Amino acid sequence: MTKWHDLLDKNGRAPSWPYPIRYDKEQEVETDVLVIGGGIAGCWAAISAARTGASVALVEKGDTIRSGAGGPGCDHWCNAPANPLSNVDPDEWAQHMAEPPYSNGIGTQIQCRENWDTLLEMEQMGGKIRDTDDDFVGAIGRDDKSKLMISPRYTKVHSYIPGMIKPKVFKSNPEGKLNNVVIRVWGSTFKPALKNECKRLGVKIFDRVMVTSILTEKGVQGARVVGATGFSNRTGQFMLFKSKAAVLATAGDWSLYVLNTELAGYNTFRSRNITGDGAAMAWRAGAALTAMERSGILMLGTGYKHTWYGGAGDASYENVPLVDAAGKRIPWPTQGWEDAGAMRPSPEEMEKITKAVQSGEYALPFYGDFPAMPDVERRVTWNLMLTEESTTKNIVDSYGRAGFDPAKHLLQNYNFIEGSSLSQWRTAGGGGPVVDWDMKSTLDGLYVAGEQVFSAGDHSFAASTGRYAGRKAAAYSKQVGAGAVSRDRIALEKARIYAPVTRSDGIDWKELHAGIARAMQYFCSEYKTERLLRMGLDALKEIEEVHVPRLYALDPHKLMRSLEDLSLLEHGRIILEASLARRASSRQLNFFRIDYPEVDPPEWNKFVTVRLENNKVVAGELPFDYFGDMKASYEAHNRDYAGVYQGK
Amino acid sequence: MPQKKTYALPNIVSPANPVIFNPDICNGCNTCVEVCQIDVFIPNPEKGKPPVILHPDECWYGGCCVNECPCPGAISFNWPVQQRAYWKDKATGKVLRDSSR
Repeated sequence: MTKWHDLLDKNGRAPSWPYPIRYDKEQEVETDVLVIGGGIAGCWAAISAARTGASVALVEKGDTIRSGAGGPGCDHWCNAPANPLSNVDPDEWAQHMAEPPYSNGIGTQIQCRENWDTLLEMEQMGGKIRDTDDDFVGAIGRDDKSKLMISPRYTKVHSYIPGMIKPKVFKSNPEGKLNNVVIRVWGSTFKPALKNECKRLGVKIFDRVMVTSILTEKGVQGARVVGATGFSNRTGQFMLFKSKAAVLATAGDWSLYVLNTELAGYNTFRSRNITGDGAAMAWRAGAALTAMERSGILMLGTGYKHTWYGGAGDASYENVPLVDAAGKRIPWPTQGWEDAGAMRPSPEEMEKITKAVQSGEYALPFYGDFPAMPDVERRVTWNLMLTEESTTKNIVDSYGRAGFDPAKHLLQNYNFIEGSSLSQWRTAGGGGPVVDWDMKSTLDGLYVAGEQVFSAGDHSFAASTGRYAGRKAAAYSKQVGAGAVSRDRIALEKARIYAPVTRSDGIDWKELHAGIARAMQYFCSEYKTERLLRMGLDALKEIEEVHVPRLYALDPHKLMRSLEDLSLLEHGRIILEASLARRASSRQLNFFRIDYPEVDPPEWNKFVTVRLENNKVVAGELPFDYFGDMKASYEAHNRDYAGVYQGK
Repeated sequence: MPQKKTYALPNIVSPANPVIFNPDICNGCNTCVEVCQIDVFIPNPEKGKPPVILHPDECWYGGCCVNECPCPGAISFNWPVQQRAYWKDKATGKVLRDSSR
């Protein structure tokens, strides 16, 4: 008896909401540092702030124990050039990583300098980072002394794609040894250890609370950040946080262009909770955002394509050779040792493969030939990497239960047979608040970490920038007094967030979500023009004026989903404004305007920024290298950096 | 035909069963309710019984509910039909699928 309708059948009525309803109650929390978002970045920010002696409140929509994209696990600790097995200089590697246009040189430099220290602290807390049980003795990349396991990823160059990115000889690695910058980890042990450490340090954790707005001094847009509002998505209770400094550690927005809310869930790498709340809040508070016009094509996971682990040439198939239905080897890179971690075929090779498929030379479907691998490498890929990666332990377990044995079975691959991604089905994201060398936004008192930062990286990026932003926010909180929140602003926010529960008819969050997604698909997708983008703004305005006032929510959970829609709507608006401000096309941003067809003209090689001032949009720009020399700037801002935590 | 009361209900959302509980093993400790990022479950009104799957359509197949369960066998993962994997026996060439129920 586990279904809602089973209870109906048993009791003859729907079950009552299981939590007390407290829409009219308010809890006030005062803290030095407020961390918004309890994923990887948020937990690290809370820990590093608390370790300086600051009082810390950590607010999370789900439960901190397993929340965030990295909550279930993590298999690769990427870009750790400061690790003892690395053959490349951290600063040189950071420079290399930040070469592509629109990179975040600040976050990248922090990651490269500090994520090995971060990983050692993870180990102090109980995270497993070494093959201490000797399960994988003999595997390529395993260092028998330290028991660290180097991954083939980025062994020659970052994000290697043959024909598009050339292998490179680093000054610090003139002999061209493997770079050894990516470490395999047992990341399923990480999140509970982080939550435990937060508790041990006295961090006040508020789980199942959605933050809905950032409060500025006296309610003035663009003024210092002095707190936030939120509500419990179980009880509906209003939450008021007053803080001296805040760290925004929310995530991006992966569902803005996704019409169907049900199919969105299948192993998307990002959960339903990730709806651009942080960018929307920072925008309303007056922070400048950048790279918001970037979007990507939905590739990994989602119900629209097969699950990502079924695709050869991606991480799940590291070192697994791909064969056709007749067992013939396909020249598709394995992201493995033999091809220097190459991620996909070169464009020329891809054309050859496609022709060979069409002529029948390669028989579909393709398969990952696990049985052809040496036993230890097969176990590294299937039992270590896939078991520890974010959401894939259940793949190993449930496939195993269903009879899949990688020593005997070839796993089907879905290249070609699942078709291409439609360009209107996009991932929004990649943009976020502009940050400085303190990971501070353009607003005093507001710091940013993890995926919320523009051009963010992966798990170790989130961890190291979170840890960094936490200590910078804590230092700031010690220099300032408490700020003044505006009661008028709070009253307006209360009216905004509780409006949907005052109604019991109209439209529900799913319909509104689809309506917003459709507007983005039509007006801000593959074909962009000034007219279409302005029509997009009008479409969102119409939705806001006509349909949002009809939005209803029957319980606190649906209220959360409803308010997430309002974040999506705001997020869409920011993307449209940023798209209007960039009057050029850009390959790197996957941004193409019919009215400005020139791709990456030199005068547009810069960040476009957008922000609100007195609720009017102000566009601006920043040079690609606005953060200056990465090594020198990092060192100038971190003279007091103490390395791995030595305290209690 | 078994006698069963018939209600006027909307369609069941799909996918409806991201996990399957074994009520003989599950002790209703609600660990899965707490570790789920997105509140797919609510506690069963009857103490000691498996949680109720209230929001299966919001599941992201993260698997924490299953991975963290302290009672082995109480809860198992259940891929929706269209997401089930295919594989092939290398020795026999027979095409197989995750056909578990």
